[in-house]
Amino acid sequence: MKSTMRINFLVTAAAVVLAMMLPGTGMAGDTIKLGVAGAHSGDLASYGLPTVNAAKLVVAEVNAKGGVNGKKVELLIEDDTCKPEVATNIATKLVSQGVDVVLGHICSGATKSALPIYKAAGVILISPSATSPELTQSGEYPNFFRTIAPDNMQAKPEVEFALNVLGVKKIAVIHDKGDYGKGVAELAKGFIEKSGKGEVVLFEGVTPGAVDYSAIVQKIKQSQADAVIFGGYHPEASKIVSMMRKKRMNIAFLSDDGVKDDTFIKVAGKDAEGVYATGPKNNSKNPLSQAAVAAHKQAYNGDPGAFYESAYAASLAILNAIGKAGSTERAAVTKALQTERVDTPVGTINFDALGDAVGVGFAMYQVKNGQFIEVK
Amino acid sequence: MDYFIELFLSGLTRGSIYALIALGYTMVYGIIGLINFAHGEIYMIGAFTSFIVATTLSIYGFPLAAIVVVAGVAAAIWSSAYGYTVEKIAYKPLRHAPRLAPLISAIGMSILLQNYVLLAQTSDFLAFPALIPEFAFMEPVAHIIGSSDLVILITTAVVMLALTLFIKFTRIGKAMRATAQDRTMALLVGINVDRVISATFILGSALAAIGGLLIASHIGQINFAIGFIAGIKAFTAAVLGGIGSIPGAVLGSLVLGLTESFATGYVSSDYEDVFAFSLLVLILIFKPSGLLGKADTKKV
Repeated sequence: MKSTMRINFLVTAAAVVLAMMLPGTGMAGDTIKLGVAGAHSGDLASYGLPTVNAAKLVVAEVNAKGGVNGKKVELLIEDDTCKPEVATNIATKLVSQGVDVVLGHICSGATKSALPIYKAAGVILISPSATSPELTQSGEYPNFFRTIAPDNMQAKPEVEFALNVLGVKKIAVIHDKGDYGKGVAELAKGFIEKSGKGEVVLFEGVTPGAVDYSAIVQKIKQSQADAVIFGGYHPEASKIVSMMRKKRMNIAFLSDDGVKDDTFIKVAGKDAEGVYATGPKNNSKNPLSQAAVAAHKQAYNGDPGAFYESAYAASLAILNAIGKAGSTERAAVTKALQTERVDTPVGTINFDALGDAVGVGFAMYQVKNGQFIEVK
Repeated sequence: MDYFIELFLSGLTRGSIYALIALGYTMVYGIIGLINFAHGEIYMIGAFTSFIVATTLSIYGFPLAAIVVVAGVAAAIWSSAYGYTVEKIAYKPLRHAPRLAPLISAIGMSILLQNYVLLAQTSDFLAFPALIPEFAFMEPVAHIIGSSDLVILITTAVVMLALTLFIKFTRIGKAMRATAQDRTMALLVGINVDRVISATFILGSALAAIGGLLIASHIGQINFAIGFIAGIKAFTAAVLGGIGSIPGAVLGSLVLGLTESFATGYVSSDYEDVFAFSLLVLILIFKPSGLLGKADTKKV
């Protein structure tokens, strides 16, 4: 510890001396450094890697047109495996490398733990996927923006769908105890209670990674619920759904965009059939979205994964704002993000005062024949 | 009452799952007094091996029974090879080192194997084929207990019985007990202690591999990290039952599984770990050597 502090001191001292020796070169460097932070390995890599691909494609295109404000954009890609404790290390590392803006992080928990570090350094963060409401609605993080709608915008359609379309009365709300899953579950519980049309017969958290979920499934059965709303990610969702079907429970299973991933269908197989999940609105009719997907197919030879369009939109929005602001200075970029509307694969967007994108939202999907199909 | 029986059965299944892994922990501890933290990873490698073999064979259209047998045997052999190698590389050179050194080396092996599988295979969850079919005769009770639960329960009972007989009556089993009692003395009467230790690792790993196949088929998915939590729980169960004792490992696992199941059913699944570990603490306070463990007498 002591020796690293000393090295840090020496490095800082050397940098100061160099900066004084070379007046006029400026502090900003000759590239715009765009950090890309998220899960690139581990359980949740399938949520993080599409964002890296999106950033690479957008940056390649922008650089080919001469960059932003005459500067090339450089990517600093870092893996936080969606773990809050890793995310803070990554944030510190990016800040020390002089990052200008960050695309990320991917998971809400990791984003929340990294945000104070970026805030202190005056770095703007734009996430394609962190949906925890408090990230924007608490007002604590003026440096945070996102191109995905927050959880309360998906808990609401989930509950309305269950109560009004499926017409169920008794709902079991289950979550994975994480920031994201519990957040959605608590909001869903609130909406159900407020609606007066249904009741929450069970509200519980499960331990992610546990070997067996049969006890909680028995409990759901005992509660006589007509439907399950699950807040969390696909590994637990597929285990719970499979166990329910094994125990011959055929009640509806509704979840969130943590489950709306092809891995869920692959792993749960035939048990995935009929499962509902909310996810970002289908943008396949948007020509920019079609172009972004086509670019992905050409470069990586396959379909893009989760949050790809939203990450593509985030990259475009942030680089556009830097261009309009004429610098990477925080106040100017923030103003540009809020006022300048930009065409992206998720629609024409700008950001409200809290950092949420205006013009994006959720739709309900159902698994039919091994694919998520939008429910009209 | 139905609810109680359902919870009881799911507790038994969960306990049997832990038991298949806990047996390997307890055998190794009994022989060389080492907690083999890499054991959970051996279980995970068993699950991956049976996954690879089973998916390959099913492409060629083999019948299910043949797939299960071949995948089980392949997983047992492959995991045993890993168990054997881990012992030779990471534990044998440290046999006379202070107790902490092999423990750290075990944790190192655990991390190494996890990351090796992560890099060599994938970080994604993989859909494990249903190797245990849904038996027709189980259909009337399928809402209470599934076919895979039944198979796991029976396998655990058979494995425990066979293992007890093996240790009691075979030559190598007797040598294992002798080595467990006093390694130096066993050496003096001409027992090849190194070979006994290797045999213990091979046997424990083979059991873990069988567990890997059954459990993965029961849950329906695997990834590189499944060994960690399963290993921790199985280790807890082994300590609960009295580490070093084979019936103790099974009893401890069942007690742990039932506690978790009832805690989930009657209180809240938020508290299942709280109940499980409070029970562990209580038992260790009143019976420090575990439920069936022998009190550790110092040899003079």
